[in-house]
Amino acid sequence: MEAIEVDNLTKRYGNFTSVDGISFTIEEGEIFGFLGPNGSGKSTTIRMLTGIIKPDGGTAVIMGHDIKKDPIRAKQIMGVVPEMSNAYVELSAWNNLMFMGELYGVPKKKSAERAKRLLEQFGLYDRRDSAARGFSKGMKQRLILCMALINQPSVLVLDEPTSGLDVESSRLIKDVIRELNRAGTTVFLTTHNMEDASQLCERIAIINRGAIATIDRPEILKQASSSLQSIELSFNRIVNEEDLSKFSCVKQVKKLGDKFRLYVDDVNVTLDCITDYARSHDLKIVALNTLAPSLEDIFVSLTHKSKPGVD
Amino acid sequence: MHQLEQLQRSFAVAKKDVWIYYAKGPVMVFGLIFPLFLLIAFTIGRSMTVKDLFPGLMGMAIFFTSTAVGPAILPWEARSKTLERLVSSPVEVWALLMGDVFASFVFGLLISLIPLAVAVLMGVEVVHLLALGTGMVLATFCFASLSILLSVYPPTDVPATVMMLSSLVRFPLVFISGVFIPVEEMPGWGRTIASASPLTYFIDLARYSTTGISYYSLPTDLAVLVIFTLLFLVVSIKLHERFLPQRLS
Repeated sequence: MEAIEVDNLTKRYGNFTSVDGISFTIEEGEIFGFLGPNGSGKSTTIRMLTGIIKPDGGTAVIMGHDIKKDPIRAKQIMGVVPEMSNAYVELSAWNNLMFMGELYGVPKKKSAERAKRLLEQFGLYDRRDSAARGFSKGMKQRLILCMALINQPSVLVLDEPTSGLDVESSRLIKDVIRELNRAGTTVFLTTHNMEDASQLCERIAIINRGAIATIDRPEILKQASSSLQSIELSFNRIVNEEDLSKFSCVKQVKKLGDKFRLYVDDVNVTLDCITDYARSHDLKIVALNTLAPSLEDIFVSLTHKSKPGVD
Repeated sequence: MHQLEQLQRSFAVAKKDVWIYYAKGPVMVFGLIFPLFLLIAFTIGRSMTVKDLFPGLMGMAIFFTSTAVGPAILPWEARSKTLERLVSSPVEVWALLMGDVFASFVFGLLISLIPLAVAVLMGVEVVHLLALGTGMVLATFCFASLSILLSVYPPTDVPATVMMLSSLVRFPLVFISGVFIPVEEMPGWGRTIASASPLTYFIDLARYSTTGISYYSLPTDLAVLVIFTLLFLVVSIKLHERFLPQRLS
């Protein structure tokens, strides 16, 4: 069964089309990453999926419930961490969770059990009676995630869950996302962190200027982008950058400290050129690595020509 | 069943509102002191008994306390980034708004019991207690409903903007509602304007509860308060549903 089915989803603000008829499906139990530059339509898409704003066209169905026709049932089975979100800073961590439990109609006893378990899991139980006002950003974000999990959602929607967090909080949140996913929760997340997307997501979609640029598994996307293959090398002496750019198959040369990164069409041909060049100039190759394109390379290549719009 | 569940969730919102916005010293003090000061300012130098002051005092106490915080709640939630989370929860907009209304209602009613108790201790005899009690409940709910209407437009996240605009509505309403001059003593045009204010009907009812004299009949006072309540609720829910996405953007 599909956990999320999006078909021709569209949102317009006046003459500007923020999300332009996007379609995708997410299988139950999948971690799906939704990437895009600022203003690409990412957050607008999330807001439509979570029923915060109504789409102007198309449908979004969450576990069989149309978010437009049956928003309450769809929201009931979702856990949401909106990008522009905060806990009630005047309330204690415990009361924030109990309040969310009441909003989702969770019986008080169950809410209390879940609140205890979640606060322990996220390392906040000792601070359960403290007002969230005194929490650090990482603690607040962990509390917000606890609040999103109080209803034991089948689908978890996370908008930039690790943005701006310290390493410890970020790692804890990623571990919990994996753990939840192992237990069967479908996760839909947006992030600017390509490393996070690469480590967490089974599939990713890249949205740009309101349209889906690509959807696939991260490693397949990397393999498919052979034009973004590169070689990183370092010689024992300073060499002229222009000499390297004259190699056949080299499209671009970037100097990175004492190294060069050559973006190439054909790795084997370029390797021959490098060894010939080193031999003829009496150079020693100190380091040489062939690199597959990173998700960031793919993201940039798909989005760098676009202008940001309204998100 | 579904509507009942939603109503339960609106009580959760009300409880949250009371914790966060109402159970604060300055808000309580404002609710108690402000109507009293306003009344003293307009009655000083005039020979009026406590019994004469009673309808106006009760009217202002209920009106100002039940509309004191309500208009600021949604802008404040938008500003503190909690509104998006509320809207993403399985609670319908009407239930969220009813939560705000319930909180304003409870605050307004409880605070208004204090001037009532003071008036009784100072010798004001309430001869129609049931009428006053029913009127207080209806009027408080009516003004609490007005409080959410006052926050509809502009869909801002700046509470001060909404409070300033709501003051522009609340203060003139006090002056046209028979707080200082009973409706029967007003000129014809004054009575016409007064009839457009829900506060007029509660003050008329409060006067009836102590003197047995009123300009409108008791059923009229009660019915008009109910009609205004329904009107405020329906209009504000419809308008909030329309403008809420703008407040979140």
